[in-house]
Amino acid sequence: MTGGQLSRMFQRDTQADRVVPSSGFTAQLTLFAAGSMAFLAVFALSLSLAAGRLAERWGDELGRSATIRIAAPADQQQAQTAAALRILETTRGVDRARALTDAEQSALLAPWFGADLALDALPVPRLIEVIETAEGMDAAGLRLRLAAEVPGAVLDDHSRWRDPLVDAAQRLRLLGWTSIGLIAAVTAAMVTLAANAALAANAQVISVLRLVGATDRYIAQAFIRRFTLRALIGAAAGMVLGMIAVLLMPGGGDETDSFLTGLGFQGLHWLLPLLIPPLAAMVAYGATRMAARRVLEGLS
Amino acid sequence: MIDLENVAYSYGGGELLSDISLRLAPGSFHFLTGPSGSGKTTLMKLCYGALLPTAGYVRLFDTDVRTLSRDDVAMLRRRVGVVHQDCQFLDHMPVAENIALPLQVSGRGTPAQGEDLADLMEWVGLTARANALPPELSGGERQRAALARAVIMSPDVVLADEPTGNVDWDMSQRLLRLLIELNRMGKTVLVATHDLSLIRATKAHVQARVLRIANRRIQLAGADL
Repeated sequence: MTGGQLSRMFQRDTQADRVVPSSGFTAQLTLFAAGSMAFLAVFALSLSLAAGRLAERWGDELGRSATIRIAAPADQQQAQTAAALRILETTRGVDRARALTDAEQSALLAPWFGADLALDALPVPRLIEVIETAEGMDAAGLRLRLAAEVPGAVLDDHSRWRDPLVDAAQRLRLLGWTSIGLIAAVTAAMVTLAANAALAANAQVISVLRLVGATDRYIAQAFIRRFTLRALIGAAAGMVLGMIAVLLMPGGGDETDSFLTGLGFQGLHWLLPLLIPPLAAMVAYGATRMAARRVLEGLS
Repeated sequence: MIDLENVAYSYGGGELLSDISLRLAPGSFHFLTGPSGSGKTTLMKLCYGALLPTAGYVRLFDTDVRTLSRDDVAMLRRRVGVVHQDCQFLDHMPVAENIALPLQVSGRGTPAQGEDLADLMEWVGLTARANALPPELSGGERQRAALARAVIMSPDVVLADEPTGNVDWDMSQRLLRLLIELNRMGKTVLVATHDLSLIRATKAHVQARVLRIANRRIQLAGADL
């Protein structure tokens, strides 16, 4: 639908609209259905975007970090940590590595043991944070070298639990977009049914208009205008309600904490749902046009 | 204006019309008669492009109907005024707007037309009923409204299919007088009717030719009427 067609459609005097009697109940059903579909579309959209963000974050940040745990007797811990750091310095794909300080380790343990924990009284393993370069490192090779030189070291590259999560998030995003596609298709089907019903109910009007020299285009216009406007208005209302509902979702602070509390829009993504009403209107325009053309071409 | 050449038309079962040749010259007045079911309405429909002949050629304004697109047919209907026996209207719009409907759908609904519409309403005697809805009209009023609607675009041809079918004798006479007036203004008129007395009464006022459909063919009926 070009801009010219669109503006012509709305410029046409309301007189042309009056040739088709208005149908109160079906009109409201179309509005309601378009509104519901837009409401669902907002949720599908926020689900897809949140899943996408999550997949990206997990794949990106965690994918590039690993941890080495040095569990050695207290007197050897220092030496083994230094040895592990030396190995890491000469390992390809390691951007930087550093041992966590006592203070950082206490902070990590604080949620479990309380803030006033005396770390040196416990045999806490030392943690080394490894940040990989973009190419990534050979985790299996590093494990072998560590096993040979630092018996107390255990490499955890996070991939064991991260990969299925990233997969799940990506699948969720795909499902979200599929839902949006289905919502568009159902909207088209519903408008087609409503338009067919309207065309059938107005068979006499159409035959009178044909008799007095109305073109198919003129007759179709009255129906197309109506259904496009209904879809636009209904979808706009549904979208506003959907966005309010998303806005009112309880937030859980940091999004990495929980996927559920991260369901929503961020930044410019808040503008995306605004596309739903015009898209619904375009779907309705296309569906009504095709339905009208099919019905009118069957008439003399 | 309208040329039929060896035209045949058959519905699923069998042939209803065959070998029909007919020419409506500009400014002529024709009656089309025949028993009911003989194909008068079918012939009328062939004349305004609502049906395509199954054989032969129909030329409307020198164009073969088979070559017309749907939009061409719509344009053609603006030059041919049609009145049906059971005329239909847009029942939710007042009579005056129904009569002006052809102007509106052709995009010619200008304010200047308002006066013409008033004149036309007066000519068919419906001025007082201008704001009534079509279902509130009597049979005669409906026929006159349909006639007004058929001529508002100032068509070259007026086709009337049993225009007097639902009305009493006085009203039939009145309708026929309107059609005769149109013919005097230069319109080509074709009236289908089974009412022979109406034809006889009209022939005194206008040079009319009578066509009769019998045995699927068309004959020029002569002095026997």
